[in-house]
Amino acid sequence: MLCQRCGKNQATVHYTKIINGNIEELHLCDECAMNSKEFDSTFSFHKLLSGLMDNLQGEVPYKEVKTLECPFCGMDYVQFRQTGKFGCAQCYETFKPRLRPLFKSIHGHDRHTGKVPLRANTQVAKMKRIQKLKEQLKELVSKEEFEEAAKIRDKIKELEKDIG
Amino acid sequence: MVKWVEGTATDEDVVVSTRIRIARNLRNYKFPQRMSIQEAEALTNEILNVMKKLPSGVNYKFYKVNSLTPIERVSYIEEHLISPGLINRPDYSSFLLKDNESATIMINEEDHLRIQVLYPGMNFEKAWKSINEIDNFLESCLDYAYHDEFGYLTACPTNVGTGLRASAMVHIPALSIIGQIDGLINGFQKIGLAVRGLYGEGTRAYGDLYQISNQMTLGEEEEEIIRRLKGVIYQTISKERDVRESLLSKRRYEIEDRIFRSYGLLKYSRKMSSKEAMQHLSNIRLGKEMGIIKNLEYKDIEKMMIGIQPGSIQKYANRELDNNERDILRAEYIRERL
Repeated sequence: MLCQRCGKNQATVHYTKIINGNIEELHLCDECAMNSKEFDSTFSFHKLLSGLMDNLQGEVPYKEVKTLECPFCGMDYVQFRQTGKFGCAQCYETFKPRLRPLFKSIHGHDRHTGKVPLRANTQVAKMKRIQKLKEQLKELVSKEEFEEAAKIRDKIKELEKDIG
Repeated sequence: MVKWVEGTATDEDVVVSTRIRIARNLRNYKFPQRMSIQEAEALTNEILNVMKKLPSGVNYKFYKVNSLTPIERVSYIEEHLISPGLINRPDYSSFLLKDNESATIMINEEDHLRIQVLYPGMNFEKAWKSINEIDNFLESCLDYAYHDEFGYLTACPTNVGTGLRASAMVHIPALSIIGQIDGLINGFQKIGLAVRGLYGEGTRAYGDLYQISNQMTLGEEEEEIIRRLKGVIYQTISKERDVRESLLSKRRYEIEDRIFRSYGLLKYSRKMSSKEAMQHLSNIRLGKEMGIIKNLEYKDIEKMMIGIQPGSIQKYANRELDNNERDILRAEYIRERL
């Protein structure tokens, strides 16, 4: 589906507003959603969170998620929606299908690009580390600091070998 | 008391303090709201064991919230060393305070760990470097809840990702005098920054002090979040300075009158509420910032702004005081310092 506003990009943000039974649907691309007034008011308020969750059109219909319950802490989706707080780390896996649109409406993004704990040794963590090193490498080369750059290049090679 | 204000500072004519906090959780425990007391204790012990491995020379003191008096609890908040949320469930919560007060590790606030660093003036580089070191140390010994897509997992979805909230406390009386605060706040909100009162979320702004912080925590790198915030703070600094200059050249008598009236009231009053005292201390700070008042240092004023708060003034008295007694002691406390 294409974005309703610009008609150019793929729509990635789907928003349903129900006010007094009037249903209004919006399908926007990232860029238009960021600039949209519909999302403006939902940006910063903790207290609006649960209301926000009501209005989100996730990847999985609400009915199917409603019955989800976290195996570790016992929180179900209805409780999560009421409190606006997760019960434990496992909740993130449990409610994952509904989280991307929620995060997108709060943060404008749905993917972490920052720090990765050194202990996180999953493929993704390693790839993130490689990407960061590559950025460093680029910068060092542009500053003509070749000695440092060579060290970084070796590190990248090592990590890439590790991933296989 | 209030040791953190003692460090060297830059741009302190506008920026009172720089703070960064990060939220972290451990994988194998429920988040604090859903924990039993036993689980909370087990987690606290795990963290205390890790803290024993700190290199020598780095010293933290451990405080359990329920072993502090209510007055002490409040005064730690007033000194900005712990968050108001930490004392909501005293039996669950505790904190570790670095001996120079530049860092606090809060245990079982909304998240298992809330690490904060606090420096006087504008000091984001040092703040980020030191909080990153603390985080790396803790991470080397603890199993953090981390998700490949979502980053550091937190109890509230508004903190997920980096878990990072960076903020500067700014003193902007000149912008307030010319009525530009609301416009400024609106502008900040449009670019994803939050403006709050003295003690963070939901607290009121007194004494022309505002805390400006990033709102979004997911999808941007930590350094980028800080870099953007810093840019905005520098803009605020230069705007405030410009307005001060033009006030001095165009409305000098009005401004001097305002400052010296406040000075006189603070120096001779026999009774004063904390709200009134904050407003006058703010004017005194403005006097210092404009070079009109010369016999006080920024840290002296900051110490007074903290010392006159309800909890701190009772701590000073070493007993509980009613409203009336507090107002009398507050006036005395200020008189002694001017």
